[in-house]
Amino acid sequence: MKLRMLMIFILVVATLVAQAQAADTVVLVTHDSFAISESLLDSFEAQTGLAVEVLRAGDAGQMVNQAILSKNNPLGDVLYGVDNTFLSRALAGEIFAAYQSPALDTVAAQFLRDDFFVTPVDFGDVCLNYDIAWFEENELSLPQSLAELADEKYAGLLAVQNPATSSPGLAFLLATIANFGEADEGGYLDYWAALRANDVLVADGWTDAYYGEFTIGSRGAGTRPLVVSYASSPPAEVIYAEDPSAGAVTGALIEDGMCFRQVEYVGALQGSANQAGAQLLIDFMLSAEFQADMPLNMFVFPVVEGTELPAEFVEYAQVPAQPAFVAPADIEAKREAWIQAWAEAMLR
Amino acid sequence: MRLLLSRSGYALYLLPLLFLGIFFLYPLLTIFDISLRPGGALDLSAFGRLVSSNYYIETLLFTSYQAALSTGLTLLLATPCAYVFARYRFVGKSLLLSLATLPFVLPTVVVALAFAALIGKNGLLNDLLRALFSLDYAPIQLERSLGIILIAHVFYNFAIALRIMAGYWASVGFTTEEAARCLGASGWSLWRDIRLPLIRPALLSAGMLVFIFCFTSFGVVLILGGIRFATLEVQIYYQAVNIFNLPLAAALSIVQILSMLALMLVYTRQQRNLQLRLASSATIARSPRSAAEKVAVGCCVALISLLLLSPLVALLARAVLVEGRIDLSNFAALAEKSRASLLFIAPLEAIVNSLRFASLAMLAALLLGIIAASLINRHGGLARWWDALFMLPLATSAVTLGFGFIVALDEPPLNLRASWLIIPISHTLVALPFVIRCVLPAMRAIPPSLGEAAQLLGAKPHQKLLTIDAPLLGRSIAVGAIFAFTVSMGEFGASLFVAQRESVTMPVVIYRLLGDPGFASYRGALAMSVLLMLVCAGGFIFIERLRVAGLGEF
Repeated sequence: MKLRMLMIFILVVATLVAQAQAADTVVLVTHDSFAISESLLDSFEAQTGLAVEVLRAGDAGQMVNQAILSKNNPLGDVLYGVDNTFLSRALAGEIFAAYQSPALDTVAAQFLRDDFFVTPVDFGDVCLNYDIAWFEENELSLPQSLAELADEKYAGLLAVQNPATSSPGLAFLLATIANFGEADEGGYLDYWAALRANDVLVADGWTDAYYGEFTIGSRGAGTRPLVVSYASSPPAEVIYAEDPSAGAVTGALIEDGMCFRQVEYVGALQGSANQAGAQLLIDFMLSAEFQADMPLNMFVFPVVEGTELPAEFVEYAQVPAQPAFVAPADIEAKREAWIQAWAEAMLR
Repeated sequence: MRLLLSRSGYALYLLPLLFLGIFFLYPLLTIFDISLRPGGALDLSAFGRLVSSNYYIETLLFTSYQAALSTGLTLLLATPCAYVFARYRFVGKSLLLSLATLPFVLPTVVVALAFAALIGKNGLLNDLLRALFSLDYAPIQLERSLGIILIAHVFYNFAIALRIMAGYWASVGFTTEEAARCLGASGWSLWRDIRLPLIRPALLSAGMLVFIFCFTSFGVVLILGGIRFATLEVQIYYQAVNIFNLPLAAALSIVQILSMLALMLVYTRQQRNLQLRLASSATIARSPRSAAEKVAVGCCVALISLLLLSPLVALLARAVLVEGRIDLSNFAALAEKSRASLLFIAPLEAIVNSLRFASLAMLAALLLGIIAASLINRHGGLARWWDALFMLPLATSAVTLGFGFIVALDEPPLNLRASWLIIPISHTLVALPFVIRCVLPAMRAIPPSLGEAAQLLGAKPHQKLLTIDAPLLGRSIAVGAIFAFTVSMGEFGASLFVAQRESVTMPVVIYRLLGDPGFASYRGALAMSVLLMLVCAGGFIFIERLRVAGLGEF
């Protein structure tokens, strides 16, 4: 009995030791939302002879923190999915090795950076989504600016997410900060006080807000026809509808300053085993096939100019011309203070 | 000879201690070390920040307050039901017990959707009340209140209390109660003087587990409670992940762990003072006879149906009904791999993965848990500390331990951080306390004379464990097994960390489906939740059957 247990223990330890990593593998560290067509990775493997191993590390924040914690013994070769709200932290943590991909010259100018520690791959805009039928039935016009949302006629209609725990929640808070500034009077906190007076509902996360509170997502159980989501949610709503031919049921509000743009980056992890493989994978992420594959898998937009979008995106997705902007360095420096001030304004 | 005997005993005891040391204490201490010694020198200023404002003290108070309320409420409702379940035989009893355990596996976000469908402003209950009394407002407004946190905690934890107490009650039997009845005890005095003192070990054991669960509550407080409420666990997550203030997160984790440790020590002292030794006898539940007994059974069934089953039914209805008609197309859609995306796997694979991890975790937790319980049951001075130590994984924030895994288990021979093994291992850590809490009260109820007799006859410790203790502990072990299985089936924290195909479990599929907009994703997630419950229920039946086959009881 005792001997058997000891043997099992030794066996387990032996399996773990035997897990040594093959040299022709490139390990991609990414977040929970990463998704890509399987055939695409197969073609990368065929082209390069490198096997791709995908390692998920929680949400974007968890992933960056884990990468910083393990920088002396990196989790993998490539890290994909750090966005502009966590970028400063990742750069300050010095986890990336600089790499200037030759494919960068295909990327739209607005996404290019002066340093080459990270390479932009995709972007998505956090925007208000609305229930088209609800607004038609109630003969209510759509808000044309964030300021208008505080108007009485939109009382009790909006659901947002907690910026302390939710990524779109933080993005929307950042949009309000970009719109109204931090002044004591008329600043973003006053705006939130007005939203609060207007009975804004704060849900914990995207799922909770969209499926629990949004009239469309919750199929009538929720009471809010306006919710913070993404500009790409309307096409997703069509693609995953019971009857995709029925057309759009939701729309995104993309007027100037109403959205916040999240850009996702990829970088080679400093000190990893397979730097050459890492660089090949980064180049691959900017390739036409990869860029064209992302929209339907992750509901994000490609950064490479001229990438053909899927039909549903062409028909139902809108890209805001002037999203709100907050510098990544400011986000990292003031995140805690902003969230804390927000929480006090919402709870006081 | 004597030396050899005690040595083989100790070697066995080393197993759970080694497991805990390698997979819990080592990662935990490593992450604390990194957090609190950032520049090489110990920096405890984070603790200063904890007491510098009222905020964290208030959070600690609220955490304790809601946990105490939730635990009290759960025990208040579960104790009479446990008596009914141990005492009486009635139609559908084991089915009801299985159904009552199902909430435990459901992801919080799914439960939140079920609650919204049931008691939300536009939920079933409010619609009904509005129609009945022609009201123009929603009479039940529990959303984002302390009330709904408490309801959710009872919903999740009721089965823990019910199963632990009913299992213990059945094993200590009703002979004392019969005697007291003959002597004229009845009504309240029967509860106060006989029943409650008799099941006190199980009551405290269950109470302790429920309290720890509510104390470290995360999803329920965040999603159902809203921004007004925060537990320590929520603060730890926020500081560790969103702010990346590791010193403060570590300080909060240490406060959380120390609070639990203190509570555990008080609790184990209480438990040790109980010198109740009762021979275990196979108690046969009987049918309710008098009208009062039938009413008791009826009340118990009604309570469980209302409290635990109605949200499950609401969930089921949402999963299968589309505009009033039954539509199972979402289940059919799950059978195929509808998205060609990497790591989006067919649900059948997810079911197989979930079952594999749950079986592994259950077996490991049973083996280690029974050994650990007998270690704790020895009357050594250290036993109390062992007991407290084995409970700590439950009291430790998942994100803290997760970061610990990343930094500590990163080199051979323990390069586990990218291996699927981390999943059953972390599940085992959480399941261990359940097995111990289930087995220990029953183990203590075994008269020591039995073991002494065996020892006199030359039985080695493991022989005693296998031939005397295990059969007497059958029921409690089965309860422990069911919880270990359930914990693993419902847990998805660790599964999200590892990305191989074989690591995608059912809760992970639900979580991913609920990450995309669209009715098909939503209905797919609900269908998967229903499947998760069905698979669990199947698991319960299988475990119960095993026990009956193995022990020939019932």
